[in-house]
Parts: sequence; structure tokens; C-alpha cells
Amino acid sequence: MVREVAVDTITDAVCDMCIRSNHFLSPDMEKALKEAAERETRPLAVQVLEQLKENLKIAGEEMIPICQDTGMAVVFMDIGQDVHFVGGDLTEAVHEGVRQGYQKGYLRKSVVGDPLLRVNTGDNTPAILHCRIVPGDKVTITLAPKGFGSENMSSLVMLKPADGTEGVKQGVIKAVRDAGPNACPPLVVGVGIGGTFEKAALMAKEALTRPVGLHAKLPHIEKLECELLEEINRLGIGPGGLGGNTTALAVNINTYATHIAGLPLAVNLCCHVNRHISRVV
Amino acid sequence: MERHIKLPLTEQDIRELHAGDYVYLTGEIYTARDAAHKRMKEALDRKSGLPFEISGSVVYYMGPSPAREGRVIGSAGPTTSSRMDRYVPSLLDLGMKGMIGKGKRSAQVIDAMRRNRCVYFAAVGGAGALLSKCIKKSESVAYEDLGTEAIRKLYVEDFPAIVAIDSEGRDLYASV
Repeated sequence: MVREVAVDTITDAVCDMCIRSNHFLSPDMEKALKEAAERETRPLAVQVLEQLKENLKIAGEEMIPICQDTGMAVVFMDIGQDVHFVGGDLTEAVHEGVRQGYQKGYLRKSVVGDPLLRVNTGDNTPAILHCRIVPGDKVTITLAPKGFGSENMSSLVMLKPADGTEGVKQGVIKAVRDAGPNACPPLVVGVGIGGTFEKAALMAKEALTRPVGLHAKLPHIEKLECELLEEINRLGIGPGGLGGNTTALAVNINTYATHIAGLPLAVNLCCHVNRHISRVV
Repeated sequence: MERHIKLPLTEQDIRELHAGDYVYLTGEIYTARDAAHKRMKEALDRKSGLPFEISGSVVYYMGPSPAREGRVIGSAGPTTSSRMDRYVPSLLDLGMKGMIGKGKRSAQVIDAMRRNRCVYFAAVGGAGALLSKCIKKSESVAYEDLGTEAIRKLYVEDFPAIVAIDSEGRDLYASV
């Protein structure tokens, strides 16, 4: 049975999700920050984490965006193969949702239309849209407004198969160390291992939308997530990069099959304002 | 050490501030980020003046979100300072005395800071809602067509920051 979905519904959902995600962190992120503040021992690190908690409180109560960098809107859409969109162009409907959300929500317009000419588009469009066709008749939208302080410190390397797990570890640690204070730690570290050049990057991005505390299903990848988190927190970069035990709140790794000759590794860093929100339409 | 500082910074303030000090700043500051720095550099290359008195000033690397009705400003936290680094030594040579941002600075910037006696403050990145509460006045000064990247004059009260690099070149980030 084909189910009709009006594209206006998508616009409305995206608009609302832009506003919500920029004012309220998801419960997993809020919990992780709270627990980090309880664990920290260094006074300056505690002070920074307390500021971040207070910041979240003010953001929600007074409807001031958590961070002034309200990001470029990254949208993942899992579209059931039995869905038939009606009433217009789906991609344009997503852009329109972003346009409305960033206007109505008093969110910052941080997008330039051409990467070299650099004129602000004035409405935070276009969005970055990733669509997948899945079984069923539902549409799952995940929106992740991505700030560029941390995006700028992300990296992609094509490791050799011989580099193995150790090479992956070194690559992730290097990205976090190079980022230092710039990516606004405590971070969530999104990692994509395998696939192709672009698949690795996309997996790293999507890994950031997985709730903090939820591990990869594969036992050896879960182990790698735990070991990397521990090693990253031993770097001492700390909250705000001013020293401390909390450099990352989570390492989320997604993996995929890859070629016999390669081992792609993408590391997408996100600051402590790791915004992600999902909705089923 | 915690200190309350009234802006503009005096020679004595600058001498006494050390990397790692926690400060609360009160007074006038200017905002400028990537696009505004590029325009200021072009203005200097043309030998025309800058849109505000750079000598003695404190510049905050920040582009706010829009203000809701009846409010001074939107979310207003620091952006990554190093993107401004290539423009900064010439502004320091013109007498800029303070910078507020987040993250490491280049060796050239630190040299120019030492040469010109300047202080670099770090504010907490991602605390834009909290920091906005310390901003009591905001007026547009130049480059309004740049939207969030326009130059603004702000009046801040007890704006919390940490001395990241002091006028002797001591760098808190280097010790982490």
C-alpha cells in the first residue's frame, strides 16, 4: 500500500526541529555533561562545565540559542519505499523548513551561497540533505545543526590495511589532539571506518547523531569506542581546552565493508553542543 | 586569581594580568570576525581608516544570533580565534590591546602581542546564551551588509573570561 505524505508536513517538521534542537540539548547530551561535571576534579574544568550547565538552563528558559553558531542544517531522511510524496518538491520542502525555522527561531544565518564568493544567503539555506530508501511507509527525519568550530577540525585519511586497529586509534587521537581547544571540548567524536572516501565521512557524521552512551553493536567496535574514549580523556585537553579529564563525552563509531586495498578513516568532531533530533512522519 | 577589570585596559592591568587568571570584564568592546577582518585589511591596504579606533581597543571574535524583540542581542559566544591570525599582527601594531575568542594563536600573533603589550582572553565556547546576559548594549558600527559578521560596539558587564595568553607571551594552552 502506498502512503501519501504531503511535503508541507516535512517543511513543518524541519522548521520545528531546527528551533527545538538549537535551544534544548537531547537528554543523553545533557546527562553526559552533568556526569562530567561531577567527575572533574580540576577547579577551572569544573568552572567551565558549570558554565555550560548554566548556559543550557538559560537557553531553554529564555529561548536564547545554546550557541550563537546555530550551524548548517544537516538532514538525514530515511524514506519508506511505500511513501509517495505529494504537493511539491521534497528537497525544496526541506530547504523551506530550514528557512522558516531559522527565521522564526531567531537563529543565526551562517551559510554563504558560494564557497569562494562568500555572500551570505540570508536564510541559512541550503540544507545538507542525505536521503535513504528503507522498507515501510514512514519517513524518519534526523536533523543535526552542525557548528563549524568543530567541523573545521575534522579529518579524513585513507589508511592502509596494514595500519589496522592501531592506525585507526592513532588517527582518531591525532584529530582530537590537533583540534585542542578549537573544537570546543568536551567533544563527541564521530568516526567512520571503511566503505569508500565519501561513505566514511557520511558514517562519521551520522555517528554523531547516535545517543551518547549507546555503543556500537559489534563487540570489537564497542571495545574500540571504550578504549578510544579513555585514551582521549587521558590527553588532558579538558573542557574549553583549558585542562582537565573531560576531553570527550563519547566516541561513536560506524563501520562498513571496504575494499581489499583500503582502510578509510573519517573523524567528525562535534563540540559539547552536539545537537541532534529525530522525528517520524 | 579572580579579577574585575574595567575597560579600556590600562598599562598596569596589562602588566598584571597573567595566563590562567579568571577575569570579569566591564566596558566597551568591538566585535569582528572573518569577513570584517578581511575588510579591515583591505581598508588598511588602501590606506583608508578603520571603522573604529583600534588603538586601545578590545576586539571580540563573535557573530551573534539575532536578538528577539526587546532584547539586546541573541546568543553571543566566542568563535575560533586562529582564523583571524593572519590579519591580527597589523592590528596589534596599530595599538589593539585586547582580544577575546577561543583556541590557540599563531607564533606570529604571540610575537606581536609581546611586542605591543596585548592580552588574549578566552571565553567559554558554546556558552553563548550565558555570555549574552553580560551584554548590556549593542550597536552596529560598520559593514552592516555582512549580517552577523558586521562590526558591533558592545557594552559588557562582568563578562567572564580567562587570560589565555598574557603580554609576556605566556600561553595557557601550551601548558595543557
